[in-house]
Amino acid sequence: AFFWLVSLLLSSLIWFIAVKASDPHDEPLQKGLLIFGVMFSVLLQEAFRFLYYKLLRKAIEGLVALSEDGCSPISIQQMAYVAGVGFGLMSGAFSMINLLADALGPGTVGIHGDSQLYFLTSAFMTMVLIFLHTFWGILFFHGCENRRWWEIAAVIVMHLAVSGSTFCNPLYVGSLVPSYLLMAAAAVWAYLLSGGSAQNLRRFLLCK
Amino acid sequence: MTELSAHLPQFQHGQLTENFPDNHLSNTNDSSERRRHDNSERRRNDNPGSETNGQPQNNIQQVVEQDEEEDEELTLKYGAKHVIMLFVPVTLCMVVVVATIKSVSFYTRKDGQLIYTPFTEETETIGQRALNSILNAAIMISVIIVMTILLVVLYKYRCYKVIHGWLIISSLLLLFFFSFIYLGEVFKTYNVAMDYITVALMIWNFGVVGMICIHWKGPLRLQQAYLIMISALMALVFIKYLPEWTAWLILAVISVYDLVAVLCPKGPLRMLVETAQERNETLFPALIYSSTMVWLVNMAEEDPEAQRKASKNSTYDKQAPANQTQNEDTDADDGGFSQEWQQQRDNRIGPIESTPESRAAVQALPSNSQTSEDPEERGVKLGLGDFIFYSVLVGKASATASGDWNTTLACFVAILIGLCLTLLLLAIFKKALPALPISITFGLVFYFATDNLVQPFMDQLAFHQFYI
Repeated sequence: AFFWLVSLLLSSLIWFIAVKASDPHDEPLQKGLLIFGVMFSVLLQEAFRFLYYKLLRKAIEGLVALSEDGCSPISIQQMAYVAGVGFGLMSGAFSMINLLADALGPGTVGIHGDSQLYFLTSAFMTMVLIFLHTFWGILFFHGCENRRWWEIAAVIVMHLAVSGSTFCNPLYVGSLVPSYLLMAAAAVWAYLLSGGSAQNLRRFLLCK
Repeated sequence: MTELSAHLPQFQHGQLTENFPDNHLSNTNDSSERRRHDNSERRRNDNPGSETNGQPQNNIQQVVEQDEEEDEELTLKYGAKHVIMLFVPVTLCMVVVVATIKSVSFYTRKDGQLIYTPFTEETETIGQRALNSILNAAIMISVIIVMTILLVVLYKYRCYKVIHGWLIISSLLLLFFFSFIYLGEVFKTYNVAMDYITVALMIWNFGVVGMICIHWKGPLRLQQAYLIMISALMALVFIKYLPEWTAWLILAVISVYDLVAVLCPKGPLRMLVETAQERNETLFPALIYSSTMVWLVNMAEEDPEAQRKASKNSTYDKQAPANQTQNEDTDADDGGFSQEWQQQRDNRIGPIESTPESRAAVQALPSNSQTSEDPEERGVKLGLGDFIFYSVLVGKASATASGDWNTTLACFVAILIGLCLTLLLLAIFKKALPALPISITFGLVFYFATDNLVQPFMDQLAFHQFYI
């Protein structure tokens, strides 16, 4: 969570500088700058995920070196999951919490002609992002562990795609549908990478 | 409001400085390492099965090294547990403060200032405002420094009665007066009709139970809860009566002061901790949050033995301020304690942190105490001043930030990470460390950064419904 926060800080710093240096009345330019800010932020987030991976790697080596039976009390997969959840929770909290606070107060959604589904779609989008961050954490760490660069590249591309799809909001079908599809794909992939299989799933569902 | 400010200075006089000696984490002292090695050496040498009689030296060397590694490993393992043990109370305190700030408008209303910050911040120019806030911060810090030095002097010259009286008066004031005001404001906010008799009864019970819990004996959870409550009350007072820039300046300067006071050889807080350790006494129980209470281990059959060893230890105590007894004193201060120590635990009474525990321990000796302790029970301690200033930071962030919840959340995470780092350093250095600097620095950086940089960005993103 902290690492995500720092990445957000840096990316907003860049965006802020860009905005201050540009003309505030030029609408398309501002929107373009915002888009640039979003992309840059996505890249920074992934970079910080990588840095976090490095830090955890060092921590695991330390734990293994000091432990009695040569294996650390927490595995890298667990750490990947936790890292993903941390990123997701922080990103979700930052996206939603002001909305929720405002939702407690009086008001009408979309009174000025905007979409009336604003809160709903925000909630769904946030949820899909939290899940995605969790899965991306697992995929990313797995890719780093086994030196499969294409997995890491896939995560980055997916993140860019999801963020990019939100640019067609308020045309919600353009953002929510692809995001959920990507989430399903990432879920299956992460599940398989974590050692799951169709048999496991069946056994779990049938409570064997 | 005049009577309020009249009371407050007296209160401030008392409580502030008492909290400040405890802006540090207490943990083991340096000699615990040696002590552990002594114990392990003794144990290994006593081991009848040892066959390497011809090479005792190498044995001891290896043993010492192994012990060091085991100690470190266990320290790390238990270190994580202690981090969580401190996260919960710090989070609770912050949650209480933020919840109050958000709901009760009394604490965000400007109703004057303390006499410790005489310069107003409503000036015409920014330069004037900056100057005023610097002066305010300077006055406040000098008051704190004077009070801390006074406390250390009193402690050094063994004026315990004065200190105890001071502590009791300030906790009385906190528990009765401030909670009365708080309760009144909460009732006003929610428009609850209440009569004086019920309020008097409630406050009386709350206050008396609080005094007993904090200064005498009480269930651990209740004591912790009361300490959290009084920290939150104190933080709310600060948030209300300190003007904006002064508050941030004070936070910054306090963390620098904390760093200096705890780490410099002549720093007052360091002298306080060292004097306490020399005399094998605990620091004031009313001002430190302790995450566990150390119970005596005794199983039924070991009681006479333990009693004998206890008396032996008490005489040994007087003989030498040696590693052993010092460690007994501070063992409960240890985060992560080694297994060897664990096994030797029935030897020591451990003049535990606070008188409640030591009395409980002594009483537990003859009566077969059933509570057995496991290594994880050893806790870490955090001064109440740290709680207060963390909560002040987060409370101020939630009260005055334009980014509102984002800023609050960012400061909260920053403070917790700072606390994590501080505890990590504690596990590495194993001596009293200041808990404020890292967390407050992170908190301040994140507050200003989030408020000014992240907030507009997130606003724009939310407006267009872009997601990052």
